Amino acid sequence: MLLSITKNIHEWLFSLMPENVASIVEMTIIAIIYLTGFAVAGLFLVLMERRIAAWFQLRRGPNRVGFHGILQTIADALKLVSKELTGTIKADKFLYNLAPYFVIITALLALSVLPFTQDFQAFDINIGILFLIAISSIGVIGILLAGWSSNNKFSLIGAMRSGVQTISYELSVSLSLLTIVLMTGTLQLSEIVEVQKNGWLIVQGHIPAVIAFMIYMIAGTAETNRTPFDLVEAESELGAGFHTEYSGMKFAYFFLAEFINMFIIASIATTVFFGAWLSPFGITESIPLLGIFWFLAKTFVIVFLMMWFRWSFPRLRIDQILTLEWKYLLPINLVNLVVMAVIVWLGLTIQF
Amino acid sequence: MAWLNNSILEDMGYFSDIYQGIKSLLTGMSITGKYFLNFRKGSITQQYPENRETLKMFERFRGEVIMPHDENNEHRCTGCQACEIACPNGSIEIIWDRQLDEESGKKKKMIDKHIYHLGMCTMCGLCIEACPTDAIKWGQNFENSVYDRKYLDRVLNKPGSKLMKGVEE
Repeated sequence: MLLSITKNIHEWLFSLMPENVASIVEMTIIAIIYLTGFAVAGLFLVLMERRIAAWFQLRRGPNRVGFHGILQTIADALKLVSKELTGTIKADKFLYNLAPYFVIITALLALSVLPFTQDFQAFDINIGILFLIAISSIGVIGILLAGWSSNNKFSLIGAMRSGVQTISYELSVSLSLLTIVLMTGTLQLSEIVEVQKNGWLIVQGHIPAVIAFMIYMIAGTAETNRTPFDLVEAESELGAGFHTEYSGMKFAYFFLAEFINMFIIASIATTVFFGAWLSPFGITESIPLLGIFWFLAKTFVIVFLMMWFRWSFPRLRIDQILTLEWKYLLPINLVNLVVMAVIVWLGLTIQF
Repeated sequence: MAWLNNSILEDMGYFSDIYQGIKSLLTGMSITGKYFLNFRKGSITQQYPENRETLKMFERFRGEVIMPHDENNEHRCTGCQACEIACPNGSIEIIWDRQLDEESGKKKKMIDKHIYHLGMCTMCGLCIEACPTDAIKWGQNFENSVYDRKYLDRVLNKPGSKLMKGVEE
């Protein structure tokens, strides 16, 4: 159904104007849809984080703006829009203003390749996973630029920590995804979903896939700089880390991008391990539109898992973070990769 | 052979570290998970009180100092200034003079204004303890913010109010 709607719009646009103009118009429409989704998802995730945090800490959370506090984050966003954009005199103005866009554009780029449901994917590139891995490591440039150009030592320390952390954990994210690619034999996300029609990859790959998923969740949490690994923002020692000197909408960009990154990490996990938009046991296979529901449901379960991590675990020191990555996750990951290769070679995967 | 034992033990330590780590993380998650599931029963914070009219604050609540008046616009303050003396930071000022008492025909000390600076008050309650006639009490109001600090200086006795009969005996 969704497919026919998009196809109709596509044909209507191309019949209306010359091909070049039509494709540009089409891209603009898609970009607007994704930007809207981006903003709504970001605001919703912030609200979800606050409510869930409250419930974990036996509080009630924001519940006064709108029904059960649904409009709380919208009110916050309006407040941030109306705020003055301050900056330091000695900041490197060009880089200082550029940094938030770096962060937010990389988050948006990653969003474009996610398969939300059948044929509802803005950009089905044949190296999808490679693209995602590459894009997710560009985001750290924005953070480094922000910290460097703020000309504030706390910002710089926070940004440097972010660099160390992201570059280290990048490796584990990529390797754990590669473990799964061994099973699918393709990097294209739509093909990966196709493979999972015989059972989700976490079931197909059983033990090594579960280990890969655990490593992916740890490394993914570290990549988004969330609490067990939030040395970047370390409120107790660095003020607010790299975005100390930002205010108003520029701060909001960092804040939203952080939550969207969490959503992206969860979406990749959904796509690669839990069958993306495929329903469990194919119960709603005849209605492709429900794929969006399944995709979002799975994603939010994983997002909830990350929030659960945040409100359970104490923070790590920088040396502990690097020990965890280089002495534990990486060797386990490499062994796991070999185990998975053997399993695929011997055909020991579970197929339905 | 000691070095061999050590290295084997260390190798074992590597895997037992991983096991212990995962185990302790799962224990932590199960504890927070239990709290999450029981947030409704065990909520330790309260909803902001919307029912301002019917709300009865708890016994020891300290919001602001008030002077209760009865239906004849009479209060119990004799102007003895005990509260003014008891106040450690000068939040209370009493302006008084000697006026003619209508009943006895004598001149008597009476309050003109009982001024209470809420902005300076630390809610220590010494004035209320010091008051010999229970003229001032803790109020029920908990929303004390105002848009200008001049609103924090309050005259507690209402205009035209008198001393209640029988308080001084």
